[in-house]
Amino acid sequence: MHPLLTRNRFGLYLLAWIPLAAILIFLTTSGGTLSWLESAAIVTPLCAVYAFVCLSAWYTAKSAPIRREAALRLTLGHSAAAALVSSLWVGLALGLVYLLSKTSAFQGLDLRFAPQTRIFFGAGFLLYLLAVAYHYVILSLEASREAEAQALKSNVLARDAELKALKAQVNPHFLFNSLNSISALTSVDPVKAREMCILLAEFLRMTLGLGEKASIPLAEELALLERFLAIEKVRFGGRLRVEENIDEGSRSLMVLPLLLQPLVENAVVHGIANLPEGGFIRLSSHSHDGRLAITVENTFDPESTLARRGGMGLSNVRRRLESRYGEQANLQVSADARRFCVSLLLPAETGEQHN
Amino acid sequence: MSASGKKIGALIVDDEDLARQVIRELLQSHPEIEILAECSNGFEAAKAFAEHQPGLIFLDVQMPKLTGFDVLELIGTDVSVIFTTAYDQYAMRAFEVHAVDYLLKPIGRERFEAALERAKSRLGEKMLSAYELAAAARPPQEFLERLVVRDGTKVTLIPVGKLDYAEAQDDYVALASQGKKHLKQQTIAGLEAGLDPDGFVRIHRSYIVNLERVVRIEPYGKDSRLAILTDGTRLPVSRAGYARLKALLDGRK
Repeated sequence: MHPLLTRNRFGLYLLAWIPLAAILIFLTTSGGTLSWLESAAIVTPLCAVYAFVCLSAWYTAKSAPIRREAALRLTLGHSAAAALVSSLWVGLALGLVYLLSKTSAFQGLDLRFAPQTRIFFGAGFLLYLLAVAYHYVILSLEASREAEAQALKSNVLARDAELKALKAQVNPHFLFNSLNSISALTSVDPVKAREMCILLAEFLRMTLGLGEKASIPLAEELALLERFLAIEKVRFGGRLRVEENIDEGSRSLMVLPLLLQPLVENAVVHGIANLPEGGFIRLSSHSHDGRLAITVENTFDPESTLARRGGMGLSNVRRRLESRYGEQANLQVSADARRFCVSLLLPAETGEQHN
Repeated sequence: MSASGKKIGALIVDDEDLARQVIRELLQSHPEIEILAECSNGFEAAKAFAEHQPGLIFLDVQMPKLTGFDVLELIGTDVSVIFTTAYDQYAMRAFEVHAVDYLLKPIGRERFEAALERAKSRLGEKMLSAYELAAAARPPQEFLERLVVRDGTKVTLIPVGKLDYAEAQDDYVALASQGKKHLKQQTIAGLEAGLDPDGFVRIHRSYIVNLERVVRIEPYGKDSRLAILTDGTRLPVSRAGYARLKALLDGRK
């Protein structure tokens, strides 16, 4: 669809032709052979026709996008088209003049018009090129607007996808390693294997269920983490030690579901898993002054995988906090020689009924 | 199974007890394989390898401190390796591309038998270089974080931030770090490929320098220059090297 063929744009386009027609009238009368009236009688209908003819430049502009390497070819091509269109236009003008000269009011017009033919041809040529340039501008504007819209759309999509991913966040590495542990246990300790199956099932079920809710009591998140850590303890054996320091009053406060899970997972993957002798993970929470403070601490090896430490999980948590609480929440990361610590400070929301 | 009655010595390397347990169990039906040692980390593995000279290694990819690839770098490639991993898409792709045997956890009997058969048929064959494999398994846009060097039985880890420069010496590179030089069997081009190009520059056919260490560049003779490092070391800079260095420094400003 031609971009100018919408109602308000087309009106503007036609308006733009009025000064162009006026200039042409001025030019053709300045030769002295034509009167104002005669010139207007010729130029007005011709410009009206040409306004439509020039719309066709859209198709040539569109089929021949501007590229540096094709500059010469483009110039020649458009010039040839302009010359052709302009010639036809001049032919039309001559026909009109001939018809007019048959009327009594414009007798001898054809003779007086003849010297202006060149001006008409020149004007037609330039106007057509102008139209081509104009259409190129429109094309590039449209392209940039489209790119903008596309960027916006993909942004929104990415946001959506991210949220979905956050909600169904089960690390495949965790899953496969747990299954491997279960498979090992089946022969050496079937009872423990069954326990681990149950733990894994509970963890997955909770992950699926919690992701759907807007917020959950901290106690529910802790229950999830308990399963998670119990499973990892089977894997890492004595290498993983867990300490909890949970203030009873904070258990019923509302938090975003699966907010702490990625932090605890990081503590395992980037902390304990990199330590041959293992280490501890300490979860603590307490509330006072309308704030809920939660910390996840773990031992880590500062020399290994420094760059990836925290990484994705941490920035996701940060983004979720920002979009949910804005300035009200705060996430801080600190690390010393062997201890990595993430502290969250959230508004203490007693929240809706437990659902 | 094997034509000769000779046993094949094997190492099982995994940081998880239960993971080693599975392999041990699967090997029970293979009397021709003798488990020489089980190792829970890469250092133990390198030591056990030197001690026992096994023909076959079950090697976990993700382990603390030293990964499976690091271990392979340390022990060389005159050994059949079966990698094990739970989930590492880049490592898996690298194994596929380079036809390296690997097992996905949880490990099933059938795949285990197939991998074992293949490994046995390849016994004594040289694998492709550990560096190539490690490079192929590295996620795109990620670079080495540390270098692993073995000196006799001693294994040293050099965080790349502590690498001052590297110098090519025949089949080796000498890694200069904190006043010491460590020899590593690797090509300088191979090392260059693993280092972050924003932090390390190949200033000469034989030299890579840590950009952080460069204090200034001095002209030296016709067409060449010297890079002066923080500790006073002077390294030759070729014309092409100077162009790379300059491009990087200009980009930083």
